[in-house]
Amino acid sequence: MMVGALYAVAVLLALAPASIALSKYARASNIIYGASLVASAALCSMGTVQLLSRSRAAVALVLPIGLPWLGAHFRIDALAAFFLAAINFGGVAASLFALGYGRHEHAPGRILPFYPAFLAGMNLVVIAGDAFSFLVAWEFMSLSSWALVVAHHREQENVRAGYIYLLMASFGTLALLLAFGFLAGSSGHYDFDSIRAIHLPNGLAAIVLLLALIGTGSKAGLVPLHVWLPLAHPAAPSHVSALMSGVMTKVAVYAFIRIVFDLLGPPAWWWSVTVLAVAGPTATLGVLYALMQRDLKRLLAYSTIENIGIIFSGLGLALAFKAQGLDWIAALAFTAALLHVVNHLLFKSLLFFGAGAVLNATGERDMEKLGGLIHRMPKTAAAVLVGCAAISALPPFNGFVSEWLTFQAILLSPQLPSWALKLLIPAVGGLLALAAALAAASFVKAFGVSFLGRPRTPEAAAAKETDALSLAAMGALAVLCLVAGILPGLLIDSLAPVTTAMVGHSMPHQADLAWLTIVPIAESRSSYNGLLVLAFVTLSGSLAALAIHRLASDRLRRAPAWDCGFPDSNPAIQYTASSFSQPIRRAFGSVVFAAREIGEMPPPGALSIARLTVRQRDLIWDFLYAPLADGIATVTERINVLQFQTIRRYLSLVFIALVLLLLVLAL
Amino acid sequence: MNLVYGLLLQGAQMALVLALAPLLTGFVRKIKARLLRRRGAPLLQPYRDLVRLLRKDVVLAENASWLFRVTPYVIFAGSWVAASLVPTFGTGLLFSWTADLIAITALLGSVRFFLALAGMDVGTSFGGIGSSREVMIASFAEPAMLITVFAVAMIAGSTQLSTISEFMSSPAVGLRVSLGLGLFALIMVALAENARIPIDNPATHLELTMVHEAMVLEYSGRHLALIDLCSELKLLLYISLISCLFFSWGEAPPGAGLTALAVGAAAYAAKLALGGLLLAVFETSIAKMRVFRVPEFLGIALMLALLATLLRFVSGSL
Repeated sequence: MMVGALYAVAVLLALAPASIALSKYARASNIIYGASLVASAALCSMGTVQLLSRSRAAVALVLPIGLPWLGAHFRIDALAAFFLAAINFGGVAASLFALGYGRHEHAPGRILPFYPAFLAGMNLVVIAGDAFSFLVAWEFMSLSSWALVVAHHREQENVRAGYIYLLMASFGTLALLLAFGFLAGSSGHYDFDSIRAIHLPNGLAAIVLLLALIGTGSKAGLVPLHVWLPLAHPAAPSHVSALMSGVMTKVAVYAFIRIVFDLLGPPAWWWSVTVLAVAGPTATLGVLYALMQRDLKRLLAYSTIENIGIIFSGLGLALAFKAQGLDWIAALAFTAALLHVVNHLLFKSLLFFGAGAVLNATGERDMEKLGGLIHRMPKTAAAVLVGCAAISALPPFNGFVSEWLTFQAILLSPQLPSWALKLLIPAVGGLLALAAALAAASFVKAFGVSFLGRPRTPEAAAAKETDALSLAAMGALAVLCLVAGILPGLLIDSLAPVTTAMVGHSMPHQADLAWLTIVPIAESRSSYNGLLVLAFVTLSGSLAALAIHRLASDRLRRAPAWDCGFPDSNPAIQYTASSFSQPIRRAFGSVVFAAREIGEMPPPGALSIARLTVRQRDLIWDFLYAPLADGIATVTERINVLQFQTIRRYLSLVFIALVLLLLVLAL
Repeated sequence: MNLVYGLLLQGAQMALVLALAPLLTGFVRKIKARLLRRRGAPLLQPYRDLVRLLRKDVVLAENASWLFRVTPYVIFAGSWVAASLVPTFGTGLLFSWTADLIAITALLGSVRFFLALAGMDVGTSFGGIGSSREVMIASFAEPAMLITVFAVAMIAGSTQLSTISEFMSSPAVGLRVSLGLGLFALIMVALAENARIPIDNPATHLELTMVHEAMVLEYSGRHLALIDLCSELKLLLYISLISCLFFSWGEAPPGAGLTALAVGAAAYAAKLALGGLLLAVFETSIAKMRVFRVPEFLGIALMLALLATLLRFVSGSL
């Protein structure tokens, strides 16, 4: 198994140079994406088999590469197997989409070498069995995705996004490097098995937790480390955006689970406070930012931040319960988080594919230049509609199930004795509830403005349905969103080995329950059956349709829209993305974005133009990052003086440095 | 035999909510008219309206897509299923475990999602204004409702409506501050969700003040009939929900005989009538507020709900 996985990763790695060799060949992109698809599918099935196999034993292998005394450890246990399956499922979907989508790329040579390398990097992170290979793989993943972000480097915006991404990624890796340094202690054994055996004192464990939260959080997009994400994810080509948003953030989640749940030892109660205090605001702020966007892909990127907040809330709850010894509730919260990992992967990939299809058909990401695409691209629209419903946590789709389980875990939290948690968890519950409602609002806006209504530009009016392979990828994901929503019990059962390994307990077996209901604790307490909800809604809806068409009337006339008697043929009269979110901006924006609306109205009778200016600021950027950047700039400017000196001064500087060094050594 | 009995009861509940919903709306309208010293339309007028609309042609806007035509059926089915999952005359019906209170809230969220999309489908400015305001109201009302649900569920130790309502009629409940706060929050949410005064006015067609009516402006014929029926079902659902959560006396326990069912049905009818009466009195005695004061109104509901949940966390008996 392990050898097979490594061979598949080696194939992905070999595809990178191969694509350069093939670059003159017209069908290079088909070959590369096809081969990536096969390799990902192989890895995905290996992960699934390992997860479902009853053996539970981890497979491991040591290769004599890397550090001479360490070698490169590779290991697939239940957790790694789950993430291997999930990540490569995303890889399969993205490669399938890219088989169609990649054909429209004008400079494929800038993307093809890095795409399989990026996939390989993510896989290596998950199967790495020691800190050194983990960090090398992590950095490889960051750099290859950076190359994909700046693939279209002629756009100024993308270069800036790439720069900020590179900075944040290096910062994150630095934090992880330090975290692993503390974890391994002075012994210098960097393989995970030795690290697991060491028990850190409380103070050090606290530092490692914070470093892990910073390191993985900066990759996953936890507020306030999220600033790069909405810039970088949309800048990449759409199938890569899907991978970065849907899959790479999950690698970060994996890293967090690996360090905090696995390597760091038994949790203290306050660990969860730190995680929850970051996760709850992340969910709400992420979706509030999403709601304010008019760029379709940027909206999706911000919504990723929201979903990461939900996942980390689940993980935080699991930590809280685990610390208290309530393993069975911890298993519930942990399962909810893992289920949301799968769900978010499904619908976010689907939505980014949809955005890519729209971008291809119209050349626009700006929703205010779209509209009416449901007529021109009906199949894409149907798939995207399913994705929007799923991400808005609407039953019977999959997003609802994981949120429902998270809420069930929150409802069990009065059993926790700590006062800090007693006050924090209801607040997190409130923030998650708020995020769920706002997510529905943002996706009503995203779908309503871009796909419904009338086309706002000639490009939107002339859009064509996308190609069959892209549609196949979107259709498959849409079907899976529904299947995962109506048969969650099967997924929950397959997660049991992971939860048992990480929190020492697993949720009760679900698949045998009548009607495939899910019952997290007891039926008298809570249960949900997506299958029956879907069946009832479909049945009563079709019954109503049948009865009305048969018994009452089925006549239909087309006529111009009524619009209260004032129809206007100008499509600019429609609500736009900005006007749609205006009421919510007014309600929340003054606090969150310091948003201000300035209306300039000419006096009555004057013929000059009325003007409405909306100003909103990103407070996190203005108060955290901007001062930081300014500070660094000031300091470097001061130090810069050292660069232009006479030879005498250089010599004396060297001399002083030498003396200081010797002094330090002597002391 | 038991299964057949269970199916019959569940079927009876589905039929009951569907049959009673227009009557409830007619009743509220009648009381409102009487309070204004008008004679008002007959009680059965909503049924007549529905039949009249069902028989008419649908006049569809030229730009309307398939989503616009499917939405009425989807939202009708969604709200009908949601309404039949809330206990009315008795608890523990056959399919009551299909969806708990959180799922019912989310199902209503689905209804709103599709309705808001349909409002944007034709591409008119009124549709947009309605959808935009509806999601703004929902972004406060839905969390307020969910947090109220949290408070109630933590007191009853369950999110299953049947279990909650059995717990609420048992002496174990006692008098709790958090329940009182939750009741207030839920009533405020119910007013907003049903587009009642002071949030929205179901009777207005004054352009700039409409919310719900603006969203469904382009609908006609059988589509409009379904949407009206859906709103009527929603009103019934919220009154049933409030009565089953907070005033659950009289409900027949699971597996009860015919007498208990009859008592339950009578109690339910009384609760519906009382709820309708209070709603009518409240609506007549208050003015509609500006759209931008709605967040303040619902913000209060949100805070009350959060306070209720916090109290429950702080102390088991409050």
